[in-house]
Amino acid sequence: MHGSVDISAAAVWRALTSEDSSTNGVIVRLIRAPRVVLAMLVGAGLAMSGTALQGVLRNALADPYLLGVSGGAAVGAVLAVALGTQAPAFVALAGFAGAVAAVTAVLGVARLAQAGADVRVLVLSGLLVGAFANALVMVTLVAAPADAVRGALWWMMGSLGAASWRDVLWTAPLIVPAGALLIHWGRNIDLLALGDEAAAGLGVNAEQAARRVFLTASLLAAATVVAAGLVGFVGLIVPNLVRRMAGGRHRATLVASALAGAALVVVADLVARTVRAPLEIPLGAVTALMGVPFFFARMRTSS
Amino acid sequence: MIRVRDVVAQYPSAKRAALDGVSLDALRGEVTAVVGPNGSGKSTLVRAFLGRVPLQRGVVEIDDRPQAQWSPIERARRVAVVPQREDALFALSLREYVALSRYVHRSSWMRERASDRAAVDAALQAAGVADLAERRTDAVSGGEWQRARIARALAQETDCLLLDEPTTFLDIAHEMAVFELLHSLALGGKAVLLVSHQLNLVARFAQRMVLLHEGHVVSSGTVADVMQAAVLEKVYAWPLVITRDPAVGAPTLVPLRSASWRPSRP
Repeated sequence: MHGSVDISAAAVWRALTSEDSSTNGVIVRLIRAPRVVLAMLVGAGLAMSGTALQGVLRNALADPYLLGVSGGAAVGAVLAVALGTQAPAFVALAGFAGAVAAVTAVLGVARLAQAGADVRVLVLSGLLVGAFANALVMVTLVAAPADAVRGALWWMMGSLGAASWRDVLWTAPLIVPAGALLIHWGRNIDLLALGDEAAAGLGVNAEQAARRVFLTASLLAAATVVAAGLVGFVGLIVPNLVRRMAGGRHRATLVASALAGAALVVVADLVARTVRAPLEIPLGAVTALMGVPFFFARMRTSS
Repeated sequence: MIRVRDVVAQYPSAKRAALDGVSLDALRGEVTAVVGPNGSGKSTLVRAFLGRVPLQRGVVEIDDRPQAQWSPIERARRVAVVPQREDALFALSLREYVALSRYVHRSSWMRERASDRAAVDAALQAAGVADLAERRTDAVSGGEWQRARIARALAQETDCLLLDEPTTFLDIAHEMAVFELLHSLALGGKAVLLVSHQLNLVARFAQRMVLLHEGHVVSSGTVADVMQAAVLEKVYAWPLVITRDPAVGAPTLVPLRSASWRPSRP
């Protein structure tokens, strides 16, 4: 299998199924395997978060990264680390708080502009909140030691380079139930996607249902940010591709998004660590290189 | 049955109440039409019904119970709403779209039953879009979409229908077909509450009319009670006459050219 050290498929199998204590065995079991599993979790989380946000915002260009949700999560997480916490649960909680603050700010700005779910206003205020979040992270890092700054910057660009089983262990219990909740609410998302009044007429408490979906989608995005930093555009690309096949009903779309998102981030991470091996490209750069052209293409077809 | 009693509703940022002491009844077996100029409070009435605008006073009742006491899902089993605007941003087939209203009758993880499919088929048929059932929502015309929305409300199988401008974008034939459909639904025992700009069609199909102006009920009652030239002229701020339609003799409003309104203009 590819990477800065090439390991044969047979050796990977041996490493995963037996107590192989060779160097390759250790690389597969303790470095590569958790990295792939974490990539799958991050991809599934981002894609489901994007699908749900697009549904409730009635906007096929919504994405946790573009809406500033991920940026907010990054601020929360960096602040938590700067305050001296190492406990992943606490960092994740701080990330979640940051994500919720960001999404509240973005929607508040859009509401102030009286633009409702206008795609341009939402994306623009998302980018602004993201830029503001970025500035906050920089300010926080001023006092931090040089090593920490380097680590934080690397993480801001999105990376699975430091993935361990410990990361998988605390990320999975956040992403799996949150994703399951979104699937459970899939029907409500179907109705919310028609508009608040139509949803209300079809028996949904629109504000409450939308708020739940927002918070859960933000939690998903925050968990991925704490695990892998800022990985943009997965939540944008995947739902748009998947909808063509899974249709417009959100339960099917969410499940398909989770699978496709997991596959996309595994592949993107493979690209990130092999193209310039033994150097690594930031994962966020790989997804952005795919996502930005996709965004423009989608914007052209949707307008 | 929908009953509105002395409702006062005001938006937080507004200077005056959008609804100011409005009362009306929409009874089973009748088409009740709410008419009035833009900004008269018609759409606020729909929002008040859905509990989406706070009421300062008064009550909206569904089957003799205040709407606030119904849970949203119980309410949706009694009254189907076709709001003014509704988008299917994520394309579905028209059948799938119409079937969304069946969520109202199923618990969260229950699969589609034969009764659900039958209701969807009947609704597609009644709204005249059965042959478009497999067409995607992003590939239908404005008029077809409007009829699909009515089908969606019919598939909800409720005793009351509340429609906000359901014939926007429809040509004459399709508009007439919708009014005929609403009329036959009322004859079949449903309460149909219709918000419309189409005074002349309303005058031919409705049993009761309610004329709103700046949040007040200016007049209400039978079609003949409401289709009065002097009142309508004042409310719409435009010169008009009331004649009779040649086929059924219903009162028909004809707006005049503004030149004849001020003949003394230099």
